[in-house]
Amino acid sequence: MIDYRIDRRAAIPAYLQIVAQTRQALEQGRLAVGDQLPTAREVVASAGINPNTVLKAYRELERQGLVEGRVGTGTFVTGDLVRLRTDLVSPLAGRLRDWLDAAADGGMTRHEIEALVTTILDERERGTVR
Amino acid sequence: MTIQLEVRGAGKHHPSGWALRDCDLTVDPSTVTALIGPNGAGKSTLMAAAAGLTSLTTGEILVNGRRVVRAMPPELGYLAQDTPLYRRWRVADMVDQTADLNTRWDAPHAARLIDEAGIDPDTRVGTLSGGQRTRLALALVLGKRPALVLLDEPLADLDPLARLQVQQTLMTEVATTGMTVLMSSHILGDVQDTCDDLVLLQDGRVTLRGPVDVLISRHRLLTGPPADPAALGWLKAPDVVEIRSSLRQTTVLVSAPPPGLPAGWTDQPATLDEIVIARLRATTQPGHTQEGAA
Repeated sequence: MIDYRIDRRAAIPAYLQIVAQTRQALEQGRLAVGDQLPTAREVVASAGINPNTVLKAYRELERQGLVEGRVGTGTFVTGDLVRLRTDLVSPLAGRLRDWLDAAADGGMTRHEIEALVTTILDERERGTVR
Repeated sequence: MTIQLEVRGAGKHHPSGWALRDCDLTVDPSTVTALIGPNGAGKSTLMAAAAGLTSLTTGEILVNGRRVVRAMPPELGYLAQDTPLYRRWRVADMVDQTADLNTRWDAPHAARLIDEAGIDPDTRVGTLSGGQRTRLALALVLGKRPALVLLDEPLADLDPLARLQVQQTLMTEVATTGMTVLMSSHILGDVQDTCDDLVLLQDGRVTLRGPVDVLISRHRLLTGPPADPAALGWLKAPDVVEIRSSLRQTTVLVSAPPPGLPAGWTDQPATLDEIVIARLRATTQPGHTQEGAA
């Protein structure tokens, strides 16, 4: 069973945090086909968030073909996500470490690095990358 | 049982003026609505009127289609701002008295909520912490098994842990029973994750209302280079909530995403805090929002 950690101070809405954490658990193999997600009541009792938020997250996961709500019993994992590809991850992580070493040598702080990454990701999303 | 609350053209006139004016709002069954606004905006007046504790000058309030007139509907629970508890009484005596006053009373449910709050029924109310007092008052309201609750600032003056615990109790009740909730709050961060809808009251009037996620997704915060107002002609005036300029940058909150942005401008989601605070500032500084946008 997955336990959701809702960061109520985060800029990301709670329902998207639930979606992201579920996807991450699927990628990491902590959740597999047939597993049951916590009921809305269980999430609400621990996180103190609106039950409709949980249901909204589950509807979104259902729309993505990852889970299925069964009347009276609960929500179950029906779809698999491609596991994080270790063959791709380790070389990328290596290059990222080199890059971060260079950034640290140049005196960049963690915040500056995060801001730079966010800016570039945003640019790519908007399609304005040069 | 689920239940709906409807407020139609509600107004309340005091000798000093209108505390509430032309208020319209609907709280749908099994949803949670936040009532936001500065002190004196009319939040408590609206709640007291919906609870049948004060009469309206104009308009009406309906609970499941029945007009509220000078009496609290039996399916309704109301938690006033000052949580009226008798400090010298024992907790158990408060519970017994509340049970006697209500025709609907679920004693095991009330006892469980009090137990969950870590409250010993033999202690005196006056010795409880602020968080425990609020949780006791909430247990006394929820013990009625209300289909609709009106909570006036239930989270005020609580530390973060107590706030979370009160929200857990409330939201569990909503998830389990489909209870409908109207609660006033100052703390916008709490609203974002606990409420379906938001109603902003200012000077007795509703100035903003809608589903929280729709309000958040529609508003955008645009940041660009310092510009004189004349250079902001590309903004559509009705969508501009607030423009703030400093020597280094211009920040604009808009209520609808712009179709395109000039070079040098970025576009970010706005938080509920930013949306509400911009609206409050905009009305306290007349002309502020419109400057340069027209």
